[in-house]
Amino acid sequence: MSGDHHEPHEPHPHQSDLEDSPASESELLAQALEELLIEQGIIGAADMRRALEVADARSPANGARLVARCWVDPAFERRVLASVNDAAREIGLDLGPVEVRAVKGTERVHNVIVCTLCSCYPVALLGASPDWYKSREYRSRVVREPRAVLEEFGTTLPADVELRVHDSSADLRYLVIPRRPPGTDGMSEEALAALVTRDCMIGTALPAAPVDG
Amino acid sequence: MSGDRFRPGERVRVRVADTLGHVRTPHYTRGHSGVVESYAGAFPNPEELAYGRSGEPAVPLWRVRFEQKRLWPDYSGRPQDTIVVDIYEHWLEPAETKSRRTARPKNDKGMTRRGGKVKR
Repeated sequence: MSGDHHEPHEPHPHQSDLEDSPASESELLAQALEELLIEQGIIGAADMRRALEVADARSPANGARLVARCWVDPAFERRVLASVNDAAREIGLDLGPVEVRAVKGTERVHNVIVCTLCSCYPVALLGASPDWYKSREYRSRVVREPRAVLEEFGTTLPADVELRVHDSSADLRYLVIPRRPPGTDGMSEEALAALVTRDCMIGTALPAAPVDG
Repeated sequence: MSGDRFRPGERVRVRVADTLGHVRTPHYTRGHSGVVESYAGAFPNPEELAYGRSGEPAVPLWRVRFEQKRLWPDYSGRPQDTIVVDIYEHWLEPAETKSRRTARPKNDKGMTRRGGKVKR
């Protein structure tokens, strides 16, 4: 090398920059809108950054905290089933104006959520949705062969359980409260929350006790 | 329009209609009957909201539970499996109404297909 950066070298695959693919119409529209709002002094660039920080801070950890509280506090769970938005406020979560409903897994019923018509998702509790949730494969197949789709996620349901798909086709967003896994007695609320993954709250996975007990 | 048209447990049928514009009633439910699970509240009509109108008066929304084996002739899961769909009241009629039953579309082709993989 001897410090010579201009030494000819073999061509290697080029990792394209973000700007190398053409911006979509909606990206251009959003960009134009943002520039106009800032230019006209309606918002500042810092407002924009803060709004993005709020959006980025939403994560499945919020939903997991809510589920874990349900597991340790049956009265809280009843309030969640009555109104997720109200109950979430008790643990410091503001879900905004969109109404979220919780569906509770039992020994006999397993719930899974989809939005076949678009990609409705409880972002305040789960953060941005994964790409597969928005994919046509997931949205079309989970309503007509949900057990096969769950198998692809490594989730096998007992034959005698009712698999109940919820299509959030309208104004409500859904959160799955999965069953508390066996072998988790005596675990702290915080440790329980760590078992509740995003997919558990969509219904494509089941929470499991830690392997080391 | 206050959630008193149907009762939980009542059998209802989704109207068979092909409408233009923005509609929130999934095609695979149309013409099929299901059981009212619960009343979900009243919400501005999305078919109006989509075009910049107020959506008022709000439309009652119902959670309707369908048996999978009745929705899909080739359903491969278990007979007890269900799907619950949120449907606006103007898309529902009492299931006793048989007039449109013959027009029930078959869910064996169309938007859904099988065999692909969900890419993660």
